[in-house]
Amino acid sequence: MEQVFAKPEAMKEDKTLYCPGCGHGTTHRLVAELVDEFGIRDRTIGIAPVGCSVFADLYWNFDVVSAAHGRAPAVATGMSRTNPDCFVISYQGDGDLAAIGTAEMVHAANRGENFVTIFVNNAIYGMTGGQMAPTTLIGQPSTTCQLGRDPSIAGYPIRVCELLQTLGGVAYLARTAVDSPKHVIQTKKHMKKAFQLALDKRGYTLVEVLSPCPTNWGMQPMDAMKWLRENMLPYYQLGVFRDVTEECEGGN
Amino acid sequence: MSEKVPIGEKVLMKGNEAIGEAAVQAGCMGYFGYPITPQNELTAYMSKRMVEEGRTFIQSESEIAAINMCFGAATVGQRCMTSSSSPGISLKQEGVSYMASAELPVFYVNVNRGGPGLGNISPAQSDYFQATRGGGHGDYRVIAFGPSNLQELYDYTMLGFDLADKYRNPAMILADGILGQMMEPVTLKPYSPIPDLPSKQPWRLGDPSTSEPLLVTSLILQVSGMEERNYRLFEKYEKIAENETRWDEYKTDDAEIVIVSYGTAARISRNVIDRAREEEGIKVGLFRPITIWPYPTQPLRALAERVKSFLVVEMSLGQMWEDVRLAVEGRAPVHLHGRTAGGIPEEDEVIEQLKQALEYKGDAYLRNF
Repeated sequence: MEQVFAKPEAMKEDKTLYCPGCGHGTTHRLVAELVDEFGIRDRTIGIAPVGCSVFADLYWNFDVVSAAHGRAPAVATGMSRTNPDCFVISYQGDGDLAAIGTAEMVHAANRGENFVTIFVNNAIYGMTGGQMAPTTLIGQPSTTCQLGRDPSIAGYPIRVCELLQTLGGVAYLARTAVDSPKHVIQTKKHMKKAFQLALDKRGYTLVEVLSPCPTNWGMQPMDAMKWLRENMLPYYQLGVFRDVTEECEGGN
Repeated sequence: MSEKVPIGEKVLMKGNEAIGEAAVQAGCMGYFGYPITPQNELTAYMSKRMVEEGRTFIQSESEIAAINMCFGAATVGQRCMTSSSSPGISLKQEGVSYMASAELPVFYVNVNRGGPGLGNISPAQSDYFQATRGGGHGDYRVIAFGPSNLQELYDYTMLGFDLADKYRNPAMILADGILGQMMEPVTLKPYSPIPDLPSKQPWRLGDPSTSEPLLVTSLILQVSGMEERNYRLFEKYEKIAENETRWDEYKTDDAEIVIVSYGTAARISRNVIDRAREEEGIKVGLFRPITIWPYPTQPLRALAERVKSFLVVEMSLGQMWEDVRLAVEGRAPVHLHGRTAGGIPEEDEVIEQLKQALEYKGDAYLRNF
């Protein structure tokens, strides 16, 4: 009998301990599938950020480093510059990448560092208990904006792909989501492009993955998927924002 | 090796450049730095030499990024360094703490300037606490050299890389603006590694020859696990203290009073000793810590058994004085001559303080401020 589906070699046997309906498990698996497909497991290093995915080493079956909060792009730079044979995946959340690590992210992108960034945007801080993220939507409540995000107090949700679009060192920018099978398939397609461009040393690549956080949004998993579609997708438009290999228009 | 660098010869160069060339010779593969005075010549030098050698040089977006680039380079087994001056070194403490916990080697240099805050760009030793107490958060230590001349800057840069690798621990030089900026002849010794350098193969990441996936982390949520790691770190620190403590003594054999001083302050103190002996007939010697962590506590304690008193001369307000008192443990009075914020001890004022210290009959100690 032909086996058509299996756990990727780049995933360990353990079940993920993420909350029901969380997008991290799916996103981890897509990364692992691509590591297998490119045959690079023995030289891949994953960087786990500070946040729920800090324990990514429990699930990924390749070398993992846990970086200081927000510093993953600097750590990835040190790795990939001094040992270009390594393939480095900087896996970052919204607080990590777009708040405390904004400088590191922008400058790694601008230098055109050759590693892949998987940016999981769930519009909230997960591990610390549902605080406002730089990507929290206007009006969205959190433990640190209990009346909903008010731009006069907390500014506006950051659109990272659009922010990075002008930088010369960027090879690939795409925004995608893991709320539906269709989007999951698209996510993998975008990630594959990013992996290829990073392997080809074409510059900085980032795939932003819109992802549900039912626990901290205070919703059932299915309701969270629906909320993501109805609230995040209109503000965070999906599409390819930059691709050095072809002309593209953001948000399409 | 660049054809222009006359290895083996004695050349006139700046302190910041001596550190840079020593790092290049010692096989530094990644230098990451951010501009700050008075260490800028080091970053400038590396921007040329590292590129000439085909190695990695990055002017980072911040000191925080620079130390985290070191973190990354260290995890893939490459020798790496960063350098800065006081405010920038404060920013690097996050990364140093993470590297100490994850047992990653890194070598860094603090060309100390006046503080606190933005302070000024004049030479100081006021980052002594930061250098000798770990510097960042958590229970850890870094190997810290306090060189006194440019040859020592060169030599201890090379040794700093070796000891960082040997013990898988951050190692640093605490210099000051004078050492960084002054010119002096330096013999560009060829690099010769210490004999017992361990292989990095068992722990370096991204290495296809390692079969099992590796993890580098400073996060251990279980108390028992983190406590076990910290006990292991402290056993390592005890081993470092046993093996790597370095100091120098000058005319201490017949001394009644001993000046304890390191770095630039020790250079001034050495002149003071010659002059005080000749001009004032004071039997004074110099005890000079070369490693400020590990601190040469035992030899200083031995000296305390036979001298009448000590005078600590430092470019900070009693930071090293605390370590001297911890070493002496009440065996003799420990007086202080401290200058701060870029102030440099003048020979005459130290001689005056010596004379007062010898005559001092009070129960406590004498200080100049």
